[in-house]
Amino acid sequence: MNRIEVKNVNKSFQGNPVLKQINLTLEEGKIYGLLGRNGAGKSTLLNIINNRLFADSGEVRINGRNAVENDLAQGNLYFMTEGSTYPKDMTVKRVFRWTKEFYGGFDDAYAAYLGDLFQLNVKKKVGQLSTGYSSIFKIITALCVDVPYVFLDEPVLGLDANHRDMFYKILMESYLKKPRTIVISTHLIEEISGLLEHVIIIKDGSVIRDQSCEELTHSGFTVSGKSGEVDAFIQGKEVLGADVIGGLKTAYVLGQVDRPVGDLEVSPLDLQKLFIQLTASPGGIHYEN
Amino acid sequence: MHLDHKSEIPIYLQIAREIEDAIFIGAFEEETQIPSTTEISMSLKINPATVLKGINLLVDEGIIYKKRGLGMFVCEGASTTIKEKRQKEFYQNYVKPLISEAKKLDLQLPEMMKLLERGFEE
Repeated sequence: MNRIEVKNVNKSFQGNPVLKQINLTLEEGKIYGLLGRNGAGKSTLLNIINNRLFADSGEVRINGRNAVENDLAQGNLYFMTEGSTYPKDMTVKRVFRWTKEFYGGFDDAYAAYLGDLFQLNVKKKVGQLSTGYSSIFKIITALCVDVPYVFLDEPVLGLDANHRDMFYKILMESYLKKPRTIVISTHLIEEISGLLEHVIIIKDGSVIRDQSCEELTHSGFTVSGKSGEVDAFIQGKEVLGADVIGGLKTAYVLGQVDRPVGDLEVSPLDLQKLFIQLTASPGGIHYEN
Repeated sequence: MHLDHKSEIPIYLQIAREIEDAIFIGAFEEETQIPSTTEISMSLKINPATVLKGINLLVDEGIIYKKRGLGMFVCEGASTTIKEKRQKEFYQNYVKPLISEAKKLDLQLPEMMKLLERGFEE
């Protein structure tokens, strides 16, 4: 029973429901993308799984064990949070050492290698690190801890393009070295889409998509051309949204292309486009001229 | 190897195609080893499950094969297999889009023939 199960989880803050009947399973050895707009409930969900917050109802089971206040269950999880939870005057080196004490396993050699790669000064105090280096320090900790489930909440916050690229590479490297479940919550969908095996999308506190990345990216398409022709083509189809410029229209459609397209241009709906259309606020943005 | 994340061609097919190209131009010679799933996955930053799907496709097509405990190797005659496969796909992949654009431009068959001849001569 090596998996994390979230069953019927609900959570409200001051009467506002933040998570509504969440059900999902995180399997062993897969890389998950947990996607959602700001305020969708991603961090609340991660906090509940990791015993930092309590659900109002429902339960989380880690390898069959109840997740609440249970060291045996929580010892399998490492949670890289958006903010820093480490004492500000502790050095990076000491955090590595204490992580080893707490979790019983930490790859010192790999941490040293990654520290050199990113030029992280391990003698610096946690509170003195810049936003970018704070992320790097937390990433290294998360990847070197010996646990089967790693949660990364906004891991690339403040990282420049080079460091993000390096992060995606070492994430893959560390996963290949030691396959485990990695759950990544991020807003930089385009950059990460190739790394993901499975995608969970949360909107307004509910799970709206929970499927393999490949299935998801083949679940829709965009069609563009003359407005009239596009309208005729999308008749009766599930249309997520559309952009219009002059007499040209691009529509975002769910389902498969099932009739001849003629002069229309059809292209795939990549993960980011699909995400934007699935999670757009009603009405969207209108430009007046 | 280069992947186009915006392409309508799924990533695993693009990976298969990139490996085919490398075999075709002789970068991966017949009966030699190709990069491992791990290497490809890391350098392209693609989930290993996706890479494996592309590699398995080439195994099914008799272009590469697995040597137990060693890795993936290029089959003897792989270049020919790839060539024959691509010849079969040529109409769909190249001729159809060409004709579609030609029709938009009102280019007729005789003019197209002339252009093809010119292309071959150059």
